[in-house]
Amino acid sequence: MLDKLTFPQPYLSLLLFVVWQFLSDGVSGASVVMGLVLAWTIPLITHGFWPERPAFIRAWKLPGYMGIVLMDIVLASVSVAKLILSGRNPKPAFVSYPLTLDHPLAITILASTISLTPGTVSADVSDDQKLLLIHALDAESDDEVIKDIHERYERRLLEMFK
Amino acid sequence: MSQIAEYAVVFLLLTGGFFTLVGAIGLARLPDFYTRLHGPTKATTVGIGAIVLASVVYFSTRGEGIAIAEMLIMVFLFITAPISANMIAKAAMHMQIEPTEGTRGRTWDQ
Repeated sequence: MLDKLTFPQPYLSLLLFVVWQFLSDGVSGASVVMGLVLAWTIPLITHGFWPERPAFIRAWKLPGYMGIVLMDIVLASVSVAKLILSGRNPKPAFVSYPLTLDHPLAITILASTISLTPGTVSADVSDDQKLLLIHALDAESDDEVIKDIHERYERRLLEMFK
Repeated sequence: MSQIAEYAVVFLLLTGGFFTLVGAIGLARLPDFYTRLHGPTKATTVGIGAIVLASVVYFSTRGEGIAIAEMLIMVFLFITAPISANMIAKAAMHMQIEPTEGTRGRTWDQ
């Protein structure tokens, strides 16, 4: 029983604990106890869903990346809003994006980033995790979409997951 | 609440309302299923983000401490929106919904 009382993923447990303190109204005895219970049980239950390999190597680059993504989300919304209100028909395209990343978590982050930023939604990952299918709302050429994503996001993620 | 905070709240609420409206118009106007996905994932994310941010500014400047719970709403929104868009796109591809005419490229058959 005692060996089950460890935290297999200390960072996830810490994150859950802190988030729970924010969610409850102020830190109190009850919220600390509940936070500890959650920090212990959730990683235990979701253990099977997590990739085995250690995740972030260079986590300190994450805030900068998130800043860029946030900026792009705002810009993306303006460009999508312009397109919607302009009345012209978009030029949609399905683009197969060749992945250089191979870590499952890195691919998830890249796919989520793509879905949140300028005119692109990631639709699928190929079974061998080498290709990402992207639907672009308004793309002049495939190469441009691929180059944009590689330069802006994948290169930074590659540095993080080296 | 100071004048500046009031203006900030008004600005954020108007921005949020505008983008949410544009997302809804996009849902009605865009030609096919896949292009309609773009409305909810972007315009609406910023729309709700701005409204939540307005709430953060409002409650934080009333001297009751910083409203962190609202910021968590935003974080969860930004984490979940792309996942749901991804699952909806996958479901559409699985049901072989045809993209609009003039779409370059093809969906996969896996």
